[in-house]
Amino acid sequence: MNMIAENFTLLYHGFGIASDPFNILLMAIGILLGVIIGVLPGLGGANGVAILLPLTFSMSPTSAIILLTCIYWGALFGGAITSVLFNIPGEPWSVATTFDGHPMARSGRAGEALTAAFTSSFVGAFFAIVMITLIAPLVAQFALQFGPAEKFAVYFLAFASFVGMSKEPPAKTVVSMMIGFALAAVGLDMVTGQLRLTFGVTELLNGFDFLIAVIGLFGIGEILLTMEEGLEFRGKAAKIDPKVVWKTWKTLPRYWMTSLRSCIIGCWMGITPAGATPASFMAYGIAKRVSKNGKNFGNGEIEGVVAPETAAHAAGTAAMLPMLALGVPGSPTAAVLLGGLLIWGLQPGPMLFVEQGEFVWGLIASMYLGNIVGLILVLTTVPLFASILRIPFSIIAPVILVICAIGAYTVNNNVFDVLMMMVFGVLGYLLKKTNYPLAPLVLAIVLGDSAEEAFRQSLLGSGGSLSVFWSNGLVSSIMGLGVIAAIWPLIGMALNKLKASPQPA
Amino acid sequence: MKYVSTFGLGALTALGMTAMSMLPASAAWEPTKPVEFIVPAGTGGGADQMARTLQGIIAKHNLMSTQLVVINKSGGAGGEGFLDVKSNKGNPHKIVITLSNLFTTPLATGIPFNWKDLTPVAMLALDEFVLWVNAQEPYKTAQEYEAAIKAAPDNTFKMGGTGSKQEDQIITVAVEKALGKKMTYIPYKGGGEVAVQLVGGHINSSVNNPIEAVSQWRGDKLRPLCVFDSKPLPYTDKILGDLSWSSVPTCKSAGLDVEYLMLRGIFMPPGVSEEQVAYFVELFKKVRETPEWKQLMKDGAFNQTFMSGDEFKAWLDQSEATHKGLMQEAGFIAGN
Repeated sequence: MNMIAENFTLLYHGFGIASDPFNILLMAIGILLGVIIGVLPGLGGANGVAILLPLTFSMSPTSAIILLTCIYWGALFGGAITSVLFNIPGEPWSVATTFDGHPMARSGRAGEALTAAFTSSFVGAFFAIVMITLIAPLVAQFALQFGPAEKFAVYFLAFASFVGMSKEPPAKTVVSMMIGFALAAVGLDMVTGQLRLTFGVTELLNGFDFLIAVIGLFGIGEILLTMEEGLEFRGKAAKIDPKVVWKTWKTLPRYWMTSLRSCIIGCWMGITPAGATPASFMAYGIAKRVSKNGKNFGNGEIEGVVAPETAAHAAGTAAMLPMLALGVPGSPTAAVLLGGLLIWGLQPGPMLFVEQGEFVWGLIASMYLGNIVGLILVLTTVPLFASILRIPFSIIAPVILVICAIGAYTVNNNVFDVLMMMVFGVLGYLLKKTNYPLAPLVLAIVLGDSAEEAFRQSLLGSGGSLSVFWSNGLVSSIMGLGVIAAIWPLIGMALNKLKASPQPA
Repeated sequence: MKYVSTFGLGALTALGMTAMSMLPASAAWEPTKPVEFIVPAGTGGGADQMARTLQGIIAKHNLMSTQLVVINKSGGAGGEGFLDVKSNKGNPHKIVITLSNLFTTPLATGIPFNWKDLTPVAMLALDEFVLWVNAQEPYKTAQEYEAAIKAAPDNTFKMGGTGSKQEDQIITVAVEKALGKKMTYIPYKGGGEVAVQLVGGHINSSVNNPIEAVSQWRGDKLRPLCVFDSKPLPYTDKILGDLSWSSVPTCKSAGLDVEYLMLRGIFMPPGVSEEQVAYFVELFKKVRETPEWKQLMKDGAFNQTFMSGDEFKAWLDQSEATHKGLMQEAGFIAGN
């Protein structure tokens, strides 16, 4: 209790630093820049922060990190915009947002989807900040317990909670996921240091970048599909209603249970640090299972936007904690920020909270203020962004194509990636036409590598014995949850059969 | 310069630039557009941190007339970055920072690349390696840890490191040879992750670079046992209690005869002119005089050897031979 009271005193001082008018101005600038960065797929928060990092060296460390973290928040908010409007996730953790966000936009409810996404982001982030404020040191301790086996268990749970949740037959889900694993295996094998499946092609050294695959599969694939359907965006009929924010807010409290669950999943994933992507997928998967509207997920269910957005942002925010307390960045953006900290003469690590208390609590206070400033800013843009869909498809499609191409190029500054994006676009189109779900493929590309790595690291450590995945309470309980999630569809089917059998068919 | 810029028209400017490049090199060469700074490793690692610090120092002190843009090309253990520089023949607006993967990546993966495909600019520093254990372990000295490894069966002790068939694993193999016992080597993506896994007790030891683990030492989570260098480190600033980098003994003095230093150097694409190389050598000499650089060297306990020109090339030749020998012994060469 003493510790918590002390934290509040420190936080109070932090607010004094963060609410300086100059710092508030920096927050607003940062959020706006971040939103722009987030809207452009491929540019991403990490690049944005890296480009602007040198500009901040003349500021005090606290002001500098306020500006940079606000760019990060802004990019997190902005990633949702393209996911909802154009089915192009700008960041890995926005993929799950497209599942219901884009169908909502297509049925004329883009404003609602965006409002739900932004508000959920805010709720998730806010929850994580409160957690950081209250129990930062304890949380850092928890993160230390995650070795390779525990990490694999988390990835396993993410995959398991996703299997069997799509409308398509399970066999197709498995096929799609396996294609994803195969693509993820291309490039350097981290454990042996050997190249795999590159066939001597130097462009393949880096493997298939997730963003290239996603921009192609979702963005280009979507455009091809729309062209076939007659050059028309169905979102065109969207009415622009300035009160849409207020109206959506009135419906949101209904999903408090989903929000709370996603917040907890997000914080947990952010700290471990498995990251925001598994968090968003896991939250979506579980919400689909548990919600009574679960069957309608994928057709534009607002709860399907709330769950992944809340979790992704809780995770994104919670990931700052391991960076500060342990010096391990939970995301590429956090890695760039880490570089910044070092230049300002701050050494992240266990002593940062002790030696640089003013900086740390100023930063935490700025997270509170920055998120509030950010929410207000992005909500005012909702009608504006929603109205983009009123532009005729024949004009907007080439613009999207150009944005996709620029995005794909920016990832590695490589023209080959733009070609790859086109190939993925055609692949995405074919898979959609033949009713193979894209989500498992994307999940496998994103997490396949890390999951394989964690699995092999665990086995190296245990001398090849699988018992390592049941070797302590933590790893066993996560694995146990995973197994239950994996066989849940079977249980569900059995229950349904039992229920259905008395009724005449 | 003035003459050219007054025109301001694209075509004429291009013409002017061509004319300028044909002028005799009376004025020293200077970059005319942003310089790409390739990092053949991921974000957050040692090379990336150094590159971003350099970028910051150069921007803060206005050492360059154009911008320096850091780009990570980490694919294929850095092979992607090196091949990119190799293929940009004659492009003076591109530099690359290297780590040991300059030698190890082509040897381990068979990627068609050798350091001689690039133009060496300068050695900025050499990075040290330290043997670390968790501070809660009973081993206070390297000797005690060595004795424990020797007393246990093969593969009891787990050594964590960055990547596979790279510097950390090379050192691990050398340690195994010196002790006559096998250890289990577990590769991770980055040095920071290795340090945290060691703090969490998931591995028994690491050979982290000083900068990757110093904050964990300051927080009394990790303990340095010995440094893989021929003489102790010169830095005497207190880190934990009365201990400083200079109080860490060499591994050789602790009965573990292994030495390894890692290059932090700058290269350019092939086919660049001597003035262009000279420009960057001068640039990095200026960087070395800044307080920020000196602080980085101190924080990371770097070995501050600076080399350029033929001296640097001779060093590279010798270092390549050393790596080849080490990797051959360990069976890390591609195709074996």
